[in-house]
Amino acid sequence: MTETQPRIVPDFGDDTDTDRKLVLICSKGNLDMAYPGLVLANAALGEGIAVDMFFTFWGFDMITKDRQQRLRFSPVGNTAMHLPVGGRMPQWLSPFPGMTWVATKMMKKQIDDLGVPPVDEFLDQIVASGGRLWACKMSADMQGLTMEDLRDDVEGIITAADFMDLSEGAQTLFI
Amino acid sequence: MSTTTLAGREIHVDAEGFLTEYDEWDEALAAQLADQIGVELTPEHWDVIRFLRADFAETGQTATTRRVQAVGGFPVKQQFVLFPKKPGKKMSYIAGLPKPAGCV
Repeated sequence: MTETQPRIVPDFGDDTDTDRKLVLICSKGNLDMAYPGLVLANAALGEGIAVDMFFTFWGFDMITKDRQQRLRFSPVGNTAMHLPVGGRMPQWLSPFPGMTWVATKMMKKQIDDLGVPPVDEFLDQIVASGGRLWACKMSADMQGLTMEDLRDDVEGIITAADFMDLSEGAQTLFI
Repeated sequence: MSTTTLAGREIHVDAEGFLTEYDEWDEALAAQLADQIGVELTPEHWDVIRFLRADFAETGQTATTRRVQAVGGFPVKQQFVLFPKKPGKKMSYIAGLPKPAGCV
């Protein structure tokens, strides 16, 4: 049954000024835990929502020049891990030499097959879409890293107090 | 399923107003769709829209902003300039395609 209506125009929210803002705290350096923040940041930007990403602790690896292409996925401790042939991965098997290499290779392929970019390219896209990247001061100090070591588009190494200003009025997610 | 009247004819649309029939679209209609959402079409817009149409014909899916960059060659930054704030939805609307279904 079709009904005729005079005109239906999607509401893209251009007339309503939104100040919706998303802040993502990225604290993990595992390949699998890098993606939730990246996917959400990209989706939010595509919906006209302002995004700041704050990288702390192991999340630093996502923005460190010589590490961001080398994130790994380890099956160790992941009791939900499936095997490609079906069934769960036996826990005794996961710490064996080479398992992380295999698991990482497989996950990277799955990500690539979906047309989803690697971490560094994904951050390129996020910045090109208007996303802003920030690094945590304490993590930088602990790891002996400076702005030199980070992606050129990281805007600054900021303190926890600075983060409070940054996240004012934002929806904040800790990943 | 609803219909709406555009460019002097009945067009099938979904609840939000996106076209549901690939073949009901033509470039004259695109100009009107763009006008309705405040986008003024330039040759650059047309390049993106034609890519989306061709890519949909090939894959059966609306290209995401990522794909429009990676396969179409239109940088994401430029997409935001051409279709402000919500490029993925706006360009698919003008191209007479469903909203992109992919996350990235």
